[in-house]
Amino acid sequence: MKKTILSLAAAAAVMSFGTVAAEAKVKACWIYVGPIGDFGYSYQHHQGLLEAKAKFGDELETAYLESVPEGADAERAIERFARSGCNIIFATSFGYMDPLNKVAGKFPDVKFEHATGYKREHPNVATYNSKFHEGRYVQGVIAAKESKAGVAGYIASFPIPEVVMGINAFMLGAQSVNPDFKVKVVWANTWFDAGKEADAAKALIDQGVDIITQHTDSTAPMQVATERGIKAFGQASDMIKFGPTTQLTSIVDDWGPYYIERIQEVIDGTWKQSDVWGGMKEGHVVMAPYANMSDETKKLAEETEAKIKSGAFNPFTGPVTKQDGTEWLKAGEVAQDSVLLGLNFYVKGVDDKLPQ
Amino acid sequence: MRIELVKRPERSALFAALSPFIALGLTLIAGAIMFSLLGKNPVEALYYYFIDPLREVWSLHELAVKAAPLILIAVGLSICYLSNNWNIGAEGQFIVGAIVGSILPVMFPDFQSWIVLPLMLLMGIVGGAAYGAIPAYLKVRFNTNEILTSLMLVYVAQLFLDWMVRGPWRNPAGMNFPETRTFSAAATLPEIWSASGRANWGFVFAIVAAIAMWFMLSRTLKGFEVLVLGQSPRAGRFAGFSQSRMVFFAFLVSGGLAGLAGISEVSGAIGQLRPTISPGYGFAAIIVAFLGRLNPLGIIAAGLVLALSYLGGEAAQISIGVSDKVVRAFQGMLLFFVLACDTLILYRIRFVGSSAAKTVEGTQNA
Repeated sequence: MKKTILSLAAAAAVMSFGTVAAEAKVKACWIYVGPIGDFGYSYQHHQGLLEAKAKFGDELETAYLESVPEGADAERAIERFARSGCNIIFATSFGYMDPLNKVAGKFPDVKFEHATGYKREHPNVATYNSKFHEGRYVQGVIAAKESKAGVAGYIASFPIPEVVMGINAFMLGAQSVNPDFKVKVVWANTWFDAGKEADAAKALIDQGVDIITQHTDSTAPMQVATERGIKAFGQASDMIKFGPTTQLTSIVDDWGPYYIERIQEVIDGTWKQSDVWGGMKEGHVVMAPYANMSDETKKLAEETEAKIKSGAFNPFTGPVTKQDGTEWLKAGEVAQDSVLLGLNFYVKGVDDKLPQ
Repeated sequence: MRIELVKRPERSALFAALSPFIALGLTLIAGAIMFSLLGKNPVEALYYYFIDPLREVWSLHELAVKAAPLILIAVGLSICYLSNNWNIGAEGQFIVGAIVGSILPVMFPDFQSWIVLPLMLLMGIVGGAAYGAIPAYLKVRFNTNEILTSLMLVYVAQLFLDWMVRGPWRNPAGMNFPETRTFSAAATLPEIWSASGRANWGFVFAIVAAIAMWFMLSRTLKGFEVLVLGQSPRAGRFAGFSQSRMVFFAFLVSGGLAGLAGISEVSGAIGQLRPTISPGYGFAAIIVAFLGRLNPLGIIAAGLVLALSYLGGEAAQISIGVSDKVVRAFQGMLLFFVLACDTLILYRIRFVGSSAAKTVEGTQNA
């Protein structure tokens, strides 16, 4: 009993003095839609948090909430952070858009950053996203070079513009090597569900594809591809551990540089509203080391990556024909960002009907 | 030595009162052990879990927002379960209520008048009740198992909502993202006391529904009918109560309340339809119903406790840095102990000596 009382007193002391210690200059907070252990999208955002922590050390205090459902719960999570002294809040999923803007109006001194959204209703709201499709184009080039069947399988999440953009970029990259290349698409209707993703991978392999790529976040498709002895691309993080003989490359979302930049701006007092869409050039999209492919393919992939990185080449450069046979981009014409951000049609060669 | 459960001749009033406290004590002990093993200060962890969310007014509002759908749905489910109708599909009825209730603000956004909101709520109730009527009809007409049909209809509702917000009801100004237009002010369920937080009238509906159902169950003939048909269908038949009509009554009431919860959540807390509008309220409400011992007033308390465990879990994640998984494991412990301790109301524990145990083992092996 005595011990209990002692430990209670000790705990009370910790609680009352805990907040005084180590005064950080700035507090940054993250909200993730999935678990940080998904080894995909949320994991990569969390890597960004860790990079920022390593950079700023004691000057930066961090906090995060994982698996926050989109909907009524998101508003509470965001408001809780705003009230708990966060100076800048990164909400990392599309569904947080409206709650974030609502809370931002109530806390004008807190900076709000929303990944993948487009609404900036208050001066303290900024949006950011990455041009993942630049990496998809490189993947398409590799797939067409390495595939013997001439057909790749694409496990897609939801038919939102970002995902459609990725499928189209992959298709265009593949067609630059093999004009007859085909892509089969399976809509898993989830961002993270290892079971469904594995089933999708199996179904695609049974239909004769010999390369798998995914726009969902688990490592399951990579593991299925390994079992069945075909090649695959990783998603969001470097998944080479899950397919040492399978992974060709992976599009790695590197959010660290952006987070560090924005937190520095909060410290300096220079933070401003912005809409950042960074790609390979800005270091936000990075290709994992090229592996399990011929030297010739590797060389072509590296050249393609360099071309995009330097800004000399945009994956959406005409001539491009839509799936229905009508012309989208004339020769040499580059797609406008505004069209890409609302993209709802396929380019020619995609063997699927886009869910509308 | 062996532990046996022996049925009591009648409900123990003592344990009915004590069991929640025993459960709380066991949860605190088990939770303290878990947090200590994780290297966290258990007192601090429990403080953030149970006390911190109650300290601020805005947080109390959030508690009401989270508890409202749970209570509304669970109250309806209690009628079902008391009358021996196993409606597992409240999640689907919630979604259909939300969809039907959203017809006006989505398809006729220019129709703005004071009448819009009452119509939406009414349509939400009708939608949920109609969806609940499907498993009821199947049960009465074809004697199908309502557990299966109501559960399967959840997936139908989820996919239908998904299709609606990606297709016909997609916001024309929404950059092709899967969501409807946002509701106008006339279609938004107002906040009760907007100066201090965002709790909306959905919470008031929940409390009113709970009191109304409590009154119905304990003071009216209909309530008596529910209990008799639930406990003894044969006795109910002798009393002239119709089993089939009770099936419809239970499903219509619980479907209607789930539908009201759906449209209240969408109109009050979210402001538009999205591919997912519920983090599983329809299923969590099943736990709430039993946590409240199928008593509508007990369900109010149970809904608040479960909501508190969500809010406290978030506070603990942020403040002491435990992961989301730990938070859920702790929530699971709480529910487990509460439901397990209720066993003591109907059973008592008997310790059987080791010699007796051996005999039993011996006979089993032989």
